[in-house]
Amino acid sequence: MMGRTIFIDPGRCIGCQACVSACRECDSHRGKSMIHLDYPDEGHSVASLPTVCMHCEDPVAPCAEVCPADAILVTADGVVQQADTTRCIGCANCVNACPFGVPKIDLQAKLQMKCNLCYDRTAYGLAPMCATVCPTGALFYGTLEELQAERPGVQVADSFTFGDVVVSTGVAMVVPADKVQWPVPGGLPIVEVNGKDVAR
Amino acid sequence: MSSRSLPLDPSIAPPGTRNFRDAGGIPADQWHADQNGETLVPTHCCFCGVQCGMYLRVNRAGKVFGVEPRDHDINRMRLCPKGINAYQQVNHPDRLTAPLMRRSRDEPFREASWEEALDFTVAEIRRIQGAHGNDAFGLLGGASLFSEKTYLVGKFGRVALKTRHVDYNGRLCMVSAAGANKLAFGIDRAGNPFSDILLTDCLLIAGSNVGECFPVMTQYLWGARDRGATLIVVDPRETAVARTADIHVALKPGTDAAFFNAVLNVVISEGLTDEQFLAEHTTGWDEVRSTVASYTPERAADICGIPASQVVQVARTFAGARRAMAWHARGIEHHSQGVENCLTVINLCAATGNLGKPGAGYGTITGQGNGQGGREHGQKADLLPGGRSITDPEHRRQICEIWGIEESELPSAGTSMMEMVWQMQRQEIRGLIGICNNPFVSLPNYATVKAGYDCLEFHAQFDFFLSETAANAHVVFPVTTWAEDEGVMANAEARVVKHNKAQEPPGGVRTDTWVMCQLAQRLGVGDKFVFPGSREVFEELRIASAGTVNDYYGITYERLEESGGISWPCPSTDHPGTPRLFEDGQTFHPDRKVHMQVVEWHPPMDPYDEEHPMSLTTGRTVAHFLSGNQTRRLGALVEQTPRPWVEIHPSHGFRNGAPVRVVTRRGSGVFPALVTEAIRPDTVFIPYHWPVPTAANALTIDALDPRSKIPEYKVCACRIEAAERIDEVPAPPTGPGRQAYPAAQVSRTDPLPPTSPQGRGTAERS
Ligand code: SF4
Ligand code: SF4
Repeated sequence: MMGRTIFIDPGRCIGCQACVSACRECDSHRGKSMIHLDYPDEGHSVASLPTVCMHCEDPVAPCAEVCPADAILVTADGVVQQADTTRCIGCANCVNACPFGVPKIDLQAKLQMKCNLCYDRTAYGLAPMCATVCPTGALFYGTLEELQAERPGVQVADSFTFGDVVVSTGVAMVVPADKVQWPVPGGLPIVEVNGKDVAR
Repeated sequence: MSSRSLPLDPSIAPPGTRNFRDAGGIPADQWHADQNGETLVPTHCCFCGVQCGMYLRVNRAGKVFGVEPRDHDINRMRLCPKGINAYQQVNHPDRLTAPLMRRSRDEPFREASWEEALDFTVAEIRRIQGAHGNDAFGLLGGASLFSEKTYLVGKFGRVALKTRHVDYNGRLCMVSAAGANKLAFGIDRAGNPFSDILLTDCLLIAGSNVGECFPVMTQYLWGARDRGATLIVVDPRETAVARTADIHVALKPGTDAAFFNAVLNVVISEGLTDEQFLAEHTTGWDEVRSTVASYTPERAADICGIPASQVVQVARTFAGARRAMAWHARGIEHHSQGVENCLTVINLCAATGNLGKPGAGYGTITGQGNGQGGREHGQKADLLPGGRSITDPEHRRQICEIWGIEESELPSAGTSMMEMVWQMQRQEIRGLIGICNNPFVSLPNYATVKAGYDCLEFHAQFDFFLSETAANAHVVFPVTTWAEDEGVMANAEARVVKHNKAQEPPGGVRTDTWVMCQLAQRLGVGDKFVFPGSREVFEELRIASAGTVNDYYGITYERLEESGGISWPCPSTDHPGTPRLFEDGQTFHPDRKVHMQVVEWHPPMDPYDEEHPMSLTTGRTVAHFLSGNQTRRLGALVEQTPRPWVEIHPSHGFRNGAPVRVVTRRGSGVFPALVTEAIRPDTVFIPYHWPVPTAANALTIDALDPRSKIPEYKVCACRIEAAERIDEVPAPPTGPGRQAYPAAQVSRTDPLPPTSPQGRGTAERS
């Protein structure tokens, strides 16, 4: 399954927004953060949940698929890039198509922006800014083996169901070991854990 | 280094300075940063006591313009949002760049020359001291200063101002833990390094919201849990760390001593004590044992408002673990029995033999960057350099010899920061210099603080932004940020790390060291203050600490630059430092034993009654640092937490975001409600980084712990009422002719969609 990628573990997140601040510092979209931090259980718990672009693989990134201007490119190593500034017409089709709610439109600039896995860093072997600074490891960058060496027994999912549609992603999510059949935080039922089918 | 980058300027570039891409092994020609001649200066975060390593990005013009994570032992590249945004204050438009002066508070400030401001200050010192004696002039330092500067504050106060009234804002930070450690162990610091947390089987966190106050320490907590360690959190609120704890004890604020006494009671009754350790390494155990006998789990349940079964569960888990650790912070220290609260935790560690071993021991979680180092070298009212006592004749003699003064010239112990404010009100203190502190926001009972400062005939502040306190002064000296000078800080592990200079200060700005030396010269003691820079001060500090418990003698700038930091005591230049204390079971008391202390719980100082039936507790948010003078100017941090709120349990029937008035015996304030089950129904919480009218410290009580003199910030009686509207959050004051304060001044982000008033809405959703 996945090579070096981001693993999201909401169980560790302390809601500090270091990832949000770090994302603003990244040179490829300097000044804007491409991370969503949600508080899924507000009023009951302080739980927080970071979402970066999931870099969908199968079907090919829905945002890229619906783009009428062919502005969203997917690289050979599976990174879904942010819209090409010379092509994007700011129509927001990608915003509507993304099942994870990731792309953003800068209405004034008529331009889409999204996480591109810090391509300027990852292409050279560095981790993305968010996963580099995350104080808790809620965002981890590496291979599944590296993650499991650090956190014995950890289970991850990279296929999620939305109704009848299954979406496989390049970014994976940590699933509590005793809850592999449950929806992951965010309410998306999962179909695969550590590469094994758990759909039914 | 890439051939395309400019050579580093040796006058600025400290050892370890790198070319941008060297840090990540990226081919230099692939990266525009190198073409810009960018360099990375290794240093540490200026904020909390973790002291994360970071690089400051410096452009071709020699200006700091960004941050890059650094793989330092302490933080392994991790940073919290404060650390990431810290660089923005270096070249912030609110920076003060000329001395500000006025002869009376009725006048507006005007920019003055350094000569004029220094001469006026010295004339006022002489006038006040001439008429009312040397002790009529006070000096307040700060624990965000480098240790060199805190050493100089102590020396300047005693040798140049010749006053006994010298204290510092670490008084509001971890002095309770310091007092307890000194009583029990004869040494004032954490017993174990952070890395020991990874080796423990049971971790008890008492009164610390680690996720928000010490975010980067969380990696150690989660690392321990990956290995299977049990986590116990004692806190009235369900914090991010408490949320995932195995046991969360949500006790009523101000009842910690009763709880820990009861835990020890159960440890004894279940036969879980380490009798061999107790017999060989402790004194006072019999008295402690008989005192805790009356603290049954049922009695604790009654006092603390928790199930008795939790007391038993904590006792069995902590004492039953092979190796256990206890870390605590302001939650148990900010109390009128703060020292005693810490002593009950120490009693628990000692009774179970959890001291001085990998994965077993205790630690204090420091708030300010140099909260640990800031008091070691003499800016605390009762301490001389090297942690020496100002009342001990031998200690006085030693320091007078180093300073070249007669013992009769050295003043005696002064009073604490809050007591100095009361003395201002009584006109016992008529003049004051404040360095790097903001008591208008940080001290409790704002009305009293304001009244005290308004009585001052003369008040000068050193700062790099015009703080709420500086706005009340007669003279404000514009001084350097941490990125414009070099110096050391000691983090929460007592690990001394070195900060490096990344840029020249803006024109008109001087170092605190320079200003103190100039004042000393004008006061006629210039020969005792010949310090061209921090390095020379550090050399004197090393000598002044030699042979004491706080021994820095073996630490040099060169050693710090080569290593990830050195923990004191470090008596010689070939000594590796002391990351873990008591490995041989020996403490720093003359008898080498742990002095266990008897503690009886007493209720908080502000009594509950029908009008004030609830507890108010206060604390930090992750986006802001202490009084917010720095972080409330940085756009990204303001956006993250734009204003304070009041956390309330749903049982009170408020809607989320509704205006709620919180009333105590000192005042009232209106805050938006954050309705959450994460807090006890009988308690409300307000974060404290803002000034009046939304200042938590307009409401808190100025009761002090009798030993440490720390204020009781963490509990006072209050009531809550529905209110009409929410008070405006005031902007920090700005200097003359400077831009007013827009929140996003330095941030490069566009305005965000509004977040919920608590700053806890969904961030960044388009
Ligand atoms: S940096 Fe990490 S812990 Fe902090 S909010 Fe982001 S994901 Fe959560
Ligand atoms: S504030 Fe503390 S935890 Fe955050 S980056 Fe600075 S030193 Fe690290």
